[in-house]
Amino acid sequence: MERIQVTVNGQVRSCDGVSPHTNLLDWLRDEGLTGSKEGCAEGECGACAVMVSRPDGSDGSRWTSVNACLPPALVFDGQEVVTAEGLGTAPGACAVRKLHPVQQEMAERGGSQCGYCTPGFVCSMAAEYYRPERTTKASSNANSRAADGEAPDGSAQTGTSVVGEEHATDHETGPNGFDLHALSGNLCRCTGYRPIRDAAYALSTPEGTDPLLRRQDSPAPLARPTNSTAGGARFVRPQTMDELFGLLENTPEAKLVSGGTDLGVEINLRHSRPSLVLAIDRLEPLRVLTVGADRIDIGAALTLSEVERGLDGRVPLLNQLFPQFASRLIRNAASFGGNLATGSPIGDSAPALLALNASVLLASGNGEREIPLSEYYTGYRQSVRKPGELLRAVRIPLPLAGQTAFYKIAKRRFDDISSVAVGFALQLDGDTVSSVRIGVGGVAATPIRALRTEQALLNQPWTYELLADAAAIMATEGTPIDDLRASARYRSAMLEQSMLRFYAQTQPATLEV
Amino acid sequence: MKSLANRPVNPVVGVPVSHESADLHVTGEALYTDDLIVRSANVLHAWPVQAPHAHALVESLNTEAALGIPGVVRVLTAADVPGTNDAGIKHDEPLFPSEVMFYGHAVCWVLGDTLEAARLGAEAVQVDYRPLPSLLTLTEAMEAESFQGNQPTLTRGEADTALAAAAHRYSGDIEFGGQEHFYLETHASFVYVDEGGQILVHCSTQHPSETQEIVAHVLGLQSSEVTVQCLRMGGGFGGKEMQPHGYAAIAALGATLTGRPVRLRLTRTQDITLSGKRHPFHARWEAGFDEEGRIQALKATLTSDGGWSLDLSEPVLARALCHIDNSYWIPNVEVHGRIAKTNKTSQTAFRGFGGPQGMFVIEDILGRCAPLLGLDAGELRKRNLYVPGQSTPYGQPVRHAERLHAIWQQLHDRADVERRREEIERFNASHPHLRRALAVTPVKFGISFNLTAFNQAGALVHVYKDGSILINHGGTEMGQGLHTKMRQVAATALGVPLEIVRLAPTRTDKVPNTSATAASSGADLNGGAVKNACDQIRDRLAEVAARKLNIHPDDVRFANGIVTGIGFSDPGIPFADLARDAYFQRVSLWAAGYYRTEGLHWDSARMQGEPFKYFSYGAAVSEVEVDGFTGAYRQLRTDIVHDVGDSLSPLIDVGQIEGGFVQGAGWLTLEELRWDVSDGPHRGRLASQSASTYKLPSFSEMPEEFNVHLFEKATEDGVVYGSKAVGEPPIMLAFSVREALRQAAAAFGPGDREVELASPATPEAVYWAITRAREAQATRDAEAAAQADPIPFPVPAPAH
Repeated sequence: MERIQVTVNGQVRSCDGVSPHTNLLDWLRDEGLTGSKEGCAEGECGACAVMVSRPDGSDGSRWTSVNACLPPALVFDGQEVVTAEGLGTAPGACAVRKLHPVQQEMAERGGSQCGYCTPGFVCSMAAEYYRPERTTKASSNANSRAADGEAPDGSAQTGTSVVGEEHATDHETGPNGFDLHALSGNLCRCTGYRPIRDAAYALSTPEGTDPLLRRQDSPAPLARPTNSTAGGARFVRPQTMDELFGLLENTPEAKLVSGGTDLGVEINLRHSRPSLVLAIDRLEPLRVLTVGADRIDIGAALTLSEVERGLDGRVPLLNQLFPQFASRLIRNAASFGGNLATGSPIGDSAPALLALNASVLLASGNGEREIPLSEYYTGYRQSVRKPGELLRAVRIPLPLAGQTAFYKIAKRRFDDISSVAVGFALQLDGDTVSSVRIGVGGVAATPIRALRTEQALLNQPWTYELLADAAAIMATEGTPIDDLRASARYRSAMLEQSMLRFYAQTQPATLEV
Repeated sequence: MKSLANRPVNPVVGVPVSHESADLHVTGEALYTDDLIVRSANVLHAWPVQAPHAHALVESLNTEAALGIPGVVRVLTAADVPGTNDAGIKHDEPLFPSEVMFYGHAVCWVLGDTLEAARLGAEAVQVDYRPLPSLLTLTEAMEAESFQGNQPTLTRGEADTALAAAAHRYSGDIEFGGQEHFYLETHASFVYVDEGGQILVHCSTQHPSETQEIVAHVLGLQSSEVTVQCLRMGGGFGGKEMQPHGYAAIAALGATLTGRPVRLRLTRTQDITLSGKRHPFHARWEAGFDEEGRIQALKATLTSDGGWSLDLSEPVLARALCHIDNSYWIPNVEVHGRIAKTNKTSQTAFRGFGGPQGMFVIEDILGRCAPLLGLDAGELRKRNLYVPGQSTPYGQPVRHAERLHAIWQQLHDRADVERRREEIERFNASHPHLRRALAVTPVKFGISFNLTAFNQAGALVHVYKDGSILINHGGTEMGQGLHTKMRQVAATALGVPLEIVRLAPTRTDKVPNTSATAASSGADLNGGAVKNACDQIRDRLAEVAARKLNIHPDDVRFANGIVTGIGFSDPGIPFADLARDAYFQRVSLWAAGYYRTEGLHWDSARMQGEPFKYFSYGAAVSEVEVDGFTGAYRQLRTDIVHDVGDSLSPLIDVGQIEGGFVQGAGWLTLEELRWDVSDGPHRGRLASQSASTYKLPSFSEMPEEFNVHLFEKATEDGVVYGSKAVGEPPIMLAFSVREALRQAAAAFGPGDREVELASPATPEAVYWAITRAREAQATRDAEAAAQADPIPFPVPAPAH
């Protein structure tokens, strides 16, 4: 058997004998690389963030920030990982001060206080530093809110930001093109973030000779056919779909790992110890992204960041979803496949995809079948997916509805779990509603369609009177409960308000008095 | 020149420098307690057995099955304790309890060769519990009259009489939540018996001396047999003042029993479910105002939720009572305090230490009463600010009260408050679904430990023959920049460049009997001690230099690493040369420094005295925008003017102010501890026990524009180099956010009504405040319409 090896900071390290349940963070720390920290072990705090080399297009790669606490270390067999230790060196007895530009800015601007979250911030920031699309834009309004609260342009275009959000975007992009959302998965308890933002926005462009920049010009390492048994469990990276289906048939209870954002939490917090873990994140049939005349197919194992880049705004509703879906660190690992397959009633992709009338393609050794997402869930975290079947792709029919919106109600704007999430897709024929789909999460055991509300709207004139009635119906959709995120009463109110908000968004005239 | 506050020319203090470990932080090379274990072999890992009951008796505990798990080495129980089975200084916290006092209480600990083995061992331990009735909420505890500790009363004047005579009299009550510290580094200890037989405890602790004491008394040893070292902490915020001791004791017990190093690091969920938090409070109040809105009297009862044991609940409550005045003159006061005993974690110190809870009450009162008094809330606050000559309800003169007014004015000017108020009005008039508002709130925070004895500190400073300098002091580094400031103090006192001053980790065998690094006092106390040690050495070196330069020792100057006389023609001696000369002349080059804060006294029974060395002042103005559809909001801009005296280290101080503000805003707007208070099987369980359910402020909660200004020419006499403490006071600047949210929600309705806002002011809480405002508006509109000759009333645009 080939040896299992991970290249960390340019140095090849053996990963032989490591349990499939050992995450990348714990393995790094056992190797003596203690810069990466555990703050939560569930991908919420980013203290463990590292950079990994990921495929980008046909012949390039991309330094991608991920939470090291979630994926099994074995996922990285043959891969390249960079930690804060690999970016620079502090002065010491046998070392001269050699800081990476990101580290330099963080150190000099007061970006660290206790320092525990800092290595993770540095890695998230470095990945954004090297992001090829990061362009220098005019710095005119990046650091100051427009002095006067200008009235929004009120455009009725789909995908426009909600009232009052337009000035926010300025604050979330630096004059150097730095997207603050790159740090949305990193928590700091000490600084209050201002110096970290300043450090991020002060970064210049990487030097042409920067080895990490140049590394992006060549492909990411290929996935290796890892097959390892340790600690009473087996880890396999199948090379083909047939191999995968064979393994699934023999061991239907096997756990699939793509980004590990769900499995990692199961292992770390709920102490699940699956006997077989199958890595599927590099299987090509799961990584398709095709835009046809009448549909878009999105491979289940593409990361949300990859889908976001691949669609490039093609689906406005999803464009609204992405920045609100967890954090950049999570989106760099998580997939639609994982989010839908785990079946959480508060997963954010289902309400959006329900509104888009999406279906899922379920594949097994016996072939493939297409199931409308609205018929996929059968109960709390249960679906029509059979043992041995996996979710291969998500299919979105075209053309898209003319008016869409995605509203996420949560306590925190960055990286929170929804209390309620609502996706709207509306087609008007003149003033009449010719089609409408509303997907809702957080108000029932599964994501649902707001069918009674849709019924009340369909073929009716799109007026405020209609809306007021429909909003009242909307408030009664689902069976919301009280929990730690929100009360049932608030959830119902948010359903109603989301309808009113959507209407306001489509009616620029009501925004002005 | 010998005064503590005076600075020499070209001091190293006052220069903005990065955190002294910044390079180590950004490269991941900075070591924390749990990073040490990979350097040792044969380390054992500890895992707790946590009880699934809010209150229960442990009827039996069977460890046999656990010991059968491969890799399990030992199960630690009460029977193993050679000394005292207690982890608290109040002797009410058994380390291994026979009575479970809160859901998740650790009844025993399993040691394993791996963390996995220890965890599986803990699952295998069989415990029989006899559930007992439990009290969880403050309401339940108050009804059952379940209280603990003392019940202080703070009085001045005649509150009842003044209330009866007041032109306006209002009353209310409010309950507000606690706060999880959520230091990024969870509790961690790593203990082994060293080659000299010393119990060496590496611990993430703000109070190494107390950790040492508790470990010693659990093990039945003398303090001299235990050494505690704290390299640095990944955040503390008060959560590591009292709480680390028990975990260190468990690890120490394991290390002595097995002869192997023991590592105990809590997972996040263990940390949240086991360790204490900021105290939730309930307040019932009655306040009287005169015609102009001046507060005449305040009568209140504050009940804190202390959890299952006392911990620091008494001093927290005392500080709450001592800060219920915040920055306001209240001539007649009668405030009662009491501590509820509930079946929850034992609530403890958290940045502000009761101060925020006390101030919450008066700020809530002013925010609620301003519309009823027909006053702008900012104007109401301004009218009530202390003026020079007044004193606090506990009898301490409010020295420098004029700074409150100067800060207030500076803040209004710098933040352009008047113009922005007009802009906000225009904005609100043209946006039916949004409301903006800004609010200004002040802070006055007393600096010193309320308990006078804690206000002392020690330091140990070595100058080596080569002129290099190594300093130790009793304070701990948790990110607040104390070590950075101490290096600056030493460099200033010895007149050397910062680079040659090195600082060694905090250890109880270097400086004994230290106080906790807490109460914002770290720099004041330890800075005094470091300076004292350096002054001793400098005075001796001055004698050596004076002989060499043939001048009087008083005329010797130390600056930039050169020692010279005061005359232009005096030759300079490099500091290193002087150190070597001193050695050969047999002059001691090291010194132990000591500092005690002068002039403090406090009668805790009468709640009278002068417990504080001075007050820290500040004020903040925050502008928010609230979305009428959801109650969600953004913090558009915050401006702060804050008094840190003459800053020892401006970059550090600004960092403390910004970080404290955001942490305070987190407590007041976002962070929510949710306990299962049902009668179901998990009664008492903390539902928000992980990072996914307990949300800290992230980038999205930072004010989009954030300006901090240090109040200038603010020398504080009697404090090291004229500085002031900074750790805690900025937390309370965040009331400006809560009050702005209240006003923004109010702006959806008529402007003359009292607006109640739950705390934390989550989007949901704000949404309900908006809903009540709209309902009030609808009622007014209906009434107006019903009148035959309706009075024209400015109706805001319909907010659907």
